[in-house]
Formats: sequence, structure tokens, C-alpha cells
Amino acid sequence: MMTNLLFILAGALVLVGLWGILTRRNIFKIIIGFSLVDTGVHVFLVAIGYVKNGTAPIFDKEYSSLHSLLNTVDPIPSALVLTAIVIGLAVTALMLSFAVRLILKNRTLLVDGKKELKW
Amino acid sequence: MIIVVIIILSLIALVSAIMAIISTDMVSSIIFGGVVSLVASVIYLVYGSPDVAMTEAAIGSGLTTVVFLFAWFRVKHLGGKE
Amino acid sequence: MIKRFFTIILMVFFASLFFPLVGLISDRDSVSSLAKDYLVQGRDDFGAANIVTAVVVSYRGLDTLGEVTVLFAAAAGISLVFKGLRNEGKDKKYRVNPPSEILRTGARVLLPLIFIFGVYIFINGHLTPGGGFQGGVVIASGILLAFFAGNIKELNHGFVTFIESAAGFSYVAVGLLGIWLAGGFLDPRFLPMGEFGSLFSAGAIPVIYSLIGLKVGSEMSGIIDAIRSY
Repeated sequence: MMTNLLFILAGALVLVGLWGILTRRNIFKIIIGFSLVDTGVHVFLVAIGYVKNGTAPIFDKEYSSLHSLLNTVDPIPSALVLTAIVIGLAVTALMLSFAVRLILKNRTLLVDGKKELKW
Repeated sequence: MIIVVIIILSLIALVSAIMAIISTDMVSSIIFGGVVSLVASVIYLVYGSPDVAMTEAAIGSGLTTVVFLFAWFRVKHLGGKE
Repeated sequence: MIKRFFTIILMVFFASLFFPLVGLISDRDSVSSLAKDYLVQGRDDFGAANIVTAVVVSYRGLDTLGEVTVLFAAAAGISLVFKGLRNEGKDKKYRVNPPSEILRTGARVLLPLIFIFGVYIFINGHLTPGGGFQGGVVIASGILLAFFAGNIKELNHGFVTFIESAAGFSYVAVGLLGIWLAGGFLDPRFLPMGEFGSLFSAGAIPVIYSLIGLKVGSEMSGIIDAIRSY
């Protein structure tokens, strides 16, 4: 039940981001659409790692029996999402810098008439 | 009970995402994009991934918004209506 | 018109591809066997209380090294893109207001706390949630506050580059020490394991994560500086 809810949210976020990328004409709106797709994929990965009634995979001296070990969420998707978020910021900043360079060259925020940018 | 909370949070995230795309004011659009990340980080916390929640709250809703705003204030005088 | 048609087709295609999956899955009852091995061995072999840290730093440490490299490449690309703009785009329609009294005083109080908090996050990465990436970003946000409050006028690029390359070099060196003294690349077991749950435990994991924190913090500061001050 919990996983299904998060799956729906992830799919909806990716769809909204895709819609933004395909229909907007402002470069900044397109980049916001990309970052929404990014968030959707992260939500999807967290949903894959969820285990029923799972806790965070962090222990201390008392709470480290084998039973408690097997009642945690999957740590591998968490680790992957951790690095993916950092990369996401770097890629978004790189996209923004190219966008600023492009806007200052073309003197417009829109991508109309730029055949190489929009199909 | 927790399911109701998650449904409400998901609705907030979805509405913010749609507002981020359709809003005509770019600054509010950027802020809505940050709200999506912030709500997503609360959802990660509920789903038992505090590491991911911390990263998303610090990077997704903090630094990304700041970087967007810096870039936007550099070029906003060029105008261009949606 | 035809463009809008294609957009609708593409989105319907994606939705019909993805949303049938929602009905097919249900909550998992236990973690996969690989994750089970990581959970048990991460506690027994490495003595890491936070298993996500053990996965990021050691089991998938090579991925993290590649990820930090990608971050470096992106930061270098951003400063390369903005390099030619410093002179050409000076028709500034906006100018930065001088910082207010509240901002300056608040920054004087908050800045040491923010830096200490960032260091705390990445030193305690093996015990509590958090680690190098989060701590590095907290430090970068402290540097952002210092820019706003006027404490730093210009980022000292020599210092930042030195920290970044020293941290990257030590990261690889610690990984190679793992080959030489312990089981393999980025194996943290060549330092004493200590007592489970204390600060000095889990071998070299806190050392590696602190190096990652310094590297990420300096790279993020570089990105912010490049995108702010061109």
C-alpha cells in the first residue's frame, strides 16, 4: 500500500516534468521540468527500497540484534539516491550556466526558432 | 493514519509541481520547485531513509533554489513573456 | 498543432507504460539477500552503525569516487562556461544591495555554528544520519551566507583548490592503503575498529567520509561562487 502510493507520486511527478519540458518555451521552465523529473526518479528509487514496517538502517549497541537487522528498509537504493541527488544539483547548475550563456547571446529567454533546441 | 499524511503530502507535491510549470512569474515558479523537493524530503523521512531526506532538504530545496535564483536574476532584465 | 499531438501521444505512452506497474507490486516483506549481507556484515566487519554509510563509503566506494569525479567535472565545466562572460556581460540592470545590519550581525553569530554543524555531520556520518555529502553542502551554505553578509568579498580560489585537490588525493591514497593493508580498494579495516557506536570506530570510514565532505564542500562553494560572481 505504502509502496503503491509512492509509485503513483513518482509517475505523476515524472509526467508533470515531461509535460513542462515538452510544452514550455522559456528555458528556465524547461530546466525546472528537468529537475522535477529528477525528483520523480528519486521518489521512485526510495519506493523500491521500502520494506513493510521498515525502520532506518541505523543501529546502536542495544538495538543491534539480528531480528532488528532484518526489519530495516533496503540500504542500497538509499545509497544510490544519495549520490544521485548531489549529481542532480551539479547537472542542474551546468544546465543553468549554459542557459545563461545562451540567453545572453540570443538576448531572449525563449527558445522559439532555435531548431537545435526544440523539435 | 500515516497513509492519510502521505496522501496529503503527495497532493501538496503534485500541486506545487503543476504550479511550478504553469506559473507565469518565474520567481514563484522556482520557489514552487523548491517546495516539491522539501515535501519529497518529508516523504523520504516517513519512508525510513533519513540520509536521503537530509540530502534532499539541503541540496534539492536549498542549494538548487539558490542557484536557480542567482541565474534568473542575472538574465531577468531580458524579459520575455511565457 | 502536430507538436501538441506528439506531446500528448508521448505522455499517454509513458503513463500506460508506467501506471500498470502500480497494481502489480505490493510492499516487500523483507530486504533482498544482498542487502541482508550488507546489513549483517556492515555491522560485524566494519562496525558501522549507519549501514547506508557503509554501503556508500566501502561496499560501493568506487561508485562514490566516480561520483565525486563527476561533481568535479561539472564544477570545472561551469567555471569554463562563465569564464568568457566576466567582461562581456557587464550591462547589469540589477545591483546587489549592501547587507543590512541584521544580516551582518546574524551572520557573525550563525557562521561558526553552521561550520561546526557541517563538520559534526560529516565526522559522525558512521553513527547518525548524514555524512560527507550533507556536511559538505551545509558548509557550502555557510559560505553562501558569508557572501550575502559581506564577510567574504571574493572566494580565495587558491585555498579552495588546494583543499579540494588535497582531499581528492588523500581519498585515493586511503583507498590504495586499503589494498595494501586490508582486503581491497577502499577497505576501511586497516585502522583499529574501536568500540561499536563510539566516535572513533569503524576503521577508516570517518576519515574517508570527512575527506568526501571537504571535497564536496569546496566544490559546491566553487559552483556557487562561479554562478554568483561572473
